[in-house]
Amino acid sequence: MTTTNGATAIDLKSVKVFYNDKLAVDDVNIPIYHNKITAFIGPSGCGKSTVLRSINRMNDLIPGARVEGQVLYHNKNLYGDNVDPVEVRRRIGMVFQKPNPFPKSIYDNVAYGPRLLGIRDRRTLDEIVERSIKGAYLWDEVKDDLKKSGLALSGGQQQRLCIARTIAVEPDVILMDEPASALDPIATQAIEELMRELVKQYTIVIVTHNMQQAQRVSDYTAFFSIRKAEETGGQERRWGVLGEYAPTDQLFSNPKAEETERYIRGEFG
Amino acid sequence: MQSELQIGRKSEVIAKALVNDADGSPRIEKRARLFDDFIRYVLLFCGIVSIFTTLGIVVVLGRESLLLFSTLDAQGQPVVTLGEFFFSTSWQPAGLKFGILPLLESTLMTSFVAMLVALPLGLGAAIYLSEYASPRVRGSLKPILEILAGIPTVVYGYFAVTFMTPLLQGVFGRDTVQFYNTASAGLVMGIMILPTIASMSEDALSAVPRNLREASYGLSATKFETISKVILPAALSGIVAAAIVGISRAVGETMIVALAAGAGPNWTMPPNFFVAAETITGHIARISGGDLSYNSVDYDSLFALGFALFIFTLGLNLLSRYITNRFREAYQ
Amino acid sequence: MAQRALSETRTAEDQAFARSLAARHFRGAVWERFFQAAIVIGIVALLALMFNTVNRIVGLVAVQEAIHPSEISDVPLEQLSAEQLAAILTERLPSGGRVLVRDGLLGGADYYNANNTLTMGQFLPDVTLPESVASKKLSELQPEDTQALFVAAMDKNTLLDEVYDQVVGRDVVGSWPLTASLFNRADIEAEIAADHPNATLQWNSWLDLQFLVDSMSNTPADTGIRTAFLGTIWVLLLTLLVSFPLGVGTALYLEEYSSGNNWLERFIETNIRNLAGVPSIIYGLLGLAIFVRTLESITQGRTVISAALTMALLILPVIIINAQEALRAVPPSIREASFGLGATKWQTIWNQVLPAAMPGILTGTILGMSRAIGETAPLIIIGAATFIVKDPNSPVSKFTVIPIQIYNWAKQPGGQYQDIAAAGIVLLLIVLLLFNATAIILRQRFRRSLSA
Ligand SMILES: Nc1ncnc2c1ncn2[C@@H]1O[C@H](COP(=O)(O)OP(=O)(O)OP(=O)(O)O)[C@@H](O)[C@H]1O
Ligand SMILES: [Mg+2]
Repeated sequence: MTTTNGATAIDLKSVKVFYNDKLAVDDVNIPIYHNKITAFIGPSGCGKSTVLRSINRMNDLIPGARVEGQVLYHNKNLYGDNVDPVEVRRRIGMVFQKPNPFPKSIYDNVAYGPRLLGIRDRRTLDEIVERSIKGAYLWDEVKDDLKKSGLALSGGQQQRLCIARTIAVEPDVILMDEPASALDPIATQAIEELMRELVKQYTIVIVTHNMQQAQRVSDYTAFFSIRKAEETGGQERRWGVLGEYAPTDQLFSNPKAEETERYIRGEFG
Repeated sequence: MQSELQIGRKSEVIAKALVNDADGSPRIEKRARLFDDFIRYVLLFCGIVSIFTTLGIVVVLGRESLLLFSTLDAQGQPVVTLGEFFFSTSWQPAGLKFGILPLLESTLMTSFVAMLVALPLGLGAAIYLSEYASPRVRGSLKPILEILAGIPTVVYGYFAVTFMTPLLQGVFGRDTVQFYNTASAGLVMGIMILPTIASMSEDALSAVPRNLREASYGLSATKFETISKVILPAALSGIVAAAIVGISRAVGETMIVALAAGAGPNWTMPPNFFVAAETITGHIARISGGDLSYNSVDYDSLFALGFALFIFTLGLNLLSRYITNRFREAYQ
Repeated sequence: MAQRALSETRTAEDQAFARSLAARHFRGAVWERFFQAAIVIGIVALLALMFNTVNRIVGLVAVQEAIHPSEISDVPLEQLSAEQLAAILTERLPSGGRVLVRDGLLGGADYYNANNTLTMGQFLPDVTLPESVASKKLSELQPEDTQALFVAAMDKNTLLDEVYDQVVGRDVVGSWPLTASLFNRADIEAEIAADHPNATLQWNSWLDLQFLVDSMSNTPADTGIRTAFLGTIWVLLLTLLVSFPLGVGTALYLEEYSSGNNWLERFIETNIRNLAGVPSIIYGLLGLAIFVRTLESITQGRTVISAALTMALLILPVIIINAQEALRAVPPSIREASFGLGATKWQTIWNQVLPAAMPGILTGTILGMSRAIGETAPLIIIGAATFIVKDPNSPVSKFTVIPIQIYNWAKQPGGQYQDIAAAGIVLLLIVLLLFNATAIILRQRFRRSLSA
C-alpha cells in the first residue's frame, strides 16, 4: 500500500479470522507504517487481539483458528502456503497482556531469543543482554542481579523484561497486546515512554483499552467495532469489523464515523 | 526499498543469524526442520508403545487361550469346550478339567466381601471428608487414606494371614473357620480398596454444585437430609463409577488371595466364606510360581483364565468411565 | 373462644413439628457418627497393620544348642582366629568338612555332581588357593586342604556363622511377638521348659544388620534380604530407564503435539486409561509370554531385564497420566512467550515446557516407582527365583525382589518365617516412605516454582 506517509511494514488486506468456522473479525484492511506506533482500540470482544495475533501467526497455536485474506510483509503473504510461522515470529515479536517471563533467570530470559538464533558466544550474549535490558530501561534496576529469577520482579519490571526479551532479537515489528493493562500508573508511564523510545528503531502495534494511552503514544489508530445479527432461532451472532482507521490526532479530534465518536466519548465499550 | 530500510538497521550479530533472500528481504519460507520432525516421530512412537502393550495383551492371551481350546485329548476330543470352560464346576488341570466356575465363585466371593467393607466405609469416609470435616481435619486425614492406598498388596496379604485370619478364628472358632478362607482375604481386600472408593467418591461429592446445597438448606433441610436427598443423588453416578472401579480392583487383586484365600479350587454351593478356595488370580499365581512347562495345557489354561479376567476388568473399567463421562456432561 | 382453639391447634402443630425436627436432627447426628466411624475404622486398620508387623520383628526367641560352645573351645568363639575356626569345622564336620565345601562353596550337590571332574582351582577361579589345593578335586581333599580352602574362601564372620550353624548347632526353636514377650513371659518360660528343656530364652530383633547384609539361607534365623534388596534395586533402575523416556515421550506427544481430534491420538489416550486399570497379574502373563519366552535369546528368560520390562509396561500409564498433568499445569503463557520469540515446537518444549514441568513429572515417576517397588504378582508370574544366594550383577541375572521374599516367607508355615517376613515388610515400607517423602518435597517445590 503506498501512502504519503512513508513505507508500510505490514499490510492487512481483507483479513478475516474464524474460530471454529465462526467469523470473529470480518474484512480488516490496515496499513502498519514503519517506525510508527499503530494503536488498535475498540470495545471488548471486537477482535483487537485476534487481528494482532494474526500478524505474527500466533493464531496458529489456537486449535480451530483460521485466517483468510492477506497479511503482507515485504510483499510476501504471511499466510501463503510456503511460509514458516517460526521464521515469521523471529521477525515479528510479541509482548503479551500479562507479563510472562520464563521461570528462569533474568539473563536467561533475555538470552533465550538470541540463543534460538544460534548465538552461543558468551561475550556476544552478554552484550546483547545488556543492550536489550538497557533498551527496555530496566538495566539500573537489575544489573546487579541478572541471576535472579524473572518471576521475582515486580509486575512493571516483568513487563519491561518481556520487552527486553523481545527486542533482544531485534524484530522488525513488535506487537503489544495491552502491555500496560496489568500495571500501576507509574509502571504504565514507564512503558509508554519506553514505547516512544523504541519506535525510533522499531515498528510497533499496540492494543489498548485506554483512550488516553492511545492518544499519548500512537501515531495511527484503528478503531474496531462490533456487528451483530440475529440468527434463525433467536441467537445473536457477533463479529468485529474495522470501524475507522486514521492518524491518531485526526481520529480523536475529528472522527468520521458516529460510532467512533460515541466510543471515544466513552458512551459504550 | 522497504527491505533496505529494515535489514540495514539490525545489529550485525542478529542480522547474520537471520536468513535473507538475495534482494535482502527476509526469508520466511518454510525450511526443512528435520530434527523437529524426527522428534515428533520419536514421541509418536512412544505413544504407540502403549497401543502395542494392549495389542500384546490381547494377542498373547488370545493365542494361548485358543491353544487351550484346540488341544485334543487321547481320544481326539477337545480337552475343554467353551461351554465346559464357562459352565462346569471342576477345575483340575491334572484331570484335564477346566471349568472356571469354582475359581470364579471364589473370586466373586472375595470381591463381594471386599465391597461389603469398602463401599459403605469408603463412601462414609468420603462423605465425612467432603461434607463434615473442616479443611484442617481433612488435611490431616487424607494422608492416612493415601498411606493405605500406597501399601503394597503383599503387605495386606501378610496382614490377612497373620491378623485377620486368627481374629476370625478367635471370634467364630477354629472349627468353623479354616486357616485359609475367602472371608479373611475379602475383609482385608476391602480395607485395601477403601481409599480408592473414598477418593473417587469424594471427587464426585465435591463436584456437586454449591447452589444445589444452598437450595436445599434454603428449604430448611438439615445437613443430613441435604446429603442424603440432594448431594448423594446428584453424585450417584460418580459413586457408582467408584464402586465399579473398586470391584475391578478386587477381581484383579492377587497377593491377598494368594496368601490368605487358599490353594486349590473349591466349588462350594451354597458359598461358604470360611473355607479355603482359590480365586482366578490366586490360581494363576500359584501355578506359574512353580515349575511350569511352556507347552503344556496347564500353561495355556492360565492364559485362558487371564483372558477372562482381562475382559471382565476391562468391561468394568469401560463401564465406570462411561458413567463418569455422562455424569460430567450433565453438569456442564 | 375460636382464637383459643386456633392457638391450641397451633401449639399442637408446633410441638409435632418440634418433635419431628428433633428426630430429624437425631437421625442426622447418628449418621454423622457413622461417617466418622468409617474414617476411624480406616485409621484403626492402618494402625493394626503397622502394629501387627512391628510386633513381630522384636521379641523373645528360644535358642537351643546341640553342643555348648565351651565344649569346643575354652575362649569364646568370637575371639578365635579364622584358622582356628576353620580347624574346628574340619575336625568336627562329617568327611573332614568336604560336605560343607560342596554345599557352601561349590554350588550344592546337584551342581557339583554335574561338574565333578573339575578341580578346586577351576571351581573357584576368583579365590587365591595354595597350589596343593587348587589342583585337587573334591574327593582328593585332605583335612588340611579343606582347612586352607575355608580360610581362603570365607571371611571370619562367615566361618563363625558356619561354626555356630554346623557345629554348635545353634537353632531357634521358638519365637514370640513383642507383646507376648513383654506380658506373657511366664507362660513362654513354662512352654519352653516343657518342650525344649535345653533351650534358653533371649531377646532378638529380626530386623538387624545381619538381616540386611546376609543372603538367603534355609533357616529363617540366618536368612537375609541382601539378594532381594539388590534385586529390587536392579529391577527398579532398569524399569526407570525404560519407562521414564517412554512415559514422558508419550505424555509430550499427547499434550503438546496431539490436536486431540485424530483417531490415533484419541485411541492412544483412551488406551492408556484402560491400561491403567488392567490388573497387574495380566502384565505378568504378558511378560511371561513375550519377554521370558519369545525374547528368551535376548533376555535369557526369567531375569532382571524381563522383570524390568514387564514392570515398565505396568507403570507406564501411571507415569504418562502424571506427566500429562504436570505438562497441563505449565501455564500456556510460557509456551506463547517462547513461540513469540520464534522458537520451534521442540525448542519450546525442551527449553521451557519440560524444565517447568519436570518436578511434577518426577513426582509422578516416583509414584510409579513406588508402585513398582511393591508389585509382586507380575514378578511371581514371570518367575522370580524363590531361592537364590547369588547377587544379581547384570541385566540377565536371575533375581528375586523384596516383596517376593515377603510373599515366600509369609507363605511358609512356622512363626519364625512370619517374623522374618515382618522384618522384610518394615524394610519395604521404609523404602516406600523415603520415596514418597521425596515425591512430596518435589511437589511442593513444583508449586512454588510456578507461582513465585
Ligand atoms: N481462542 C478462541 N476461541 C474461540 N473464540 C475466540 C477465541 N479467542 C477469541 N475468541 C472470540 O473472538 C472474538 C474476538 O476476541 P478478541 O480476544 O480478539 O477480542 P478483543 O478485542 O481482544 O477483546 P478484549 O478487549 O476483551 O481483549 C470474541 O468474540 C471472542 O469470544
Ligand atoms: Mg484482547
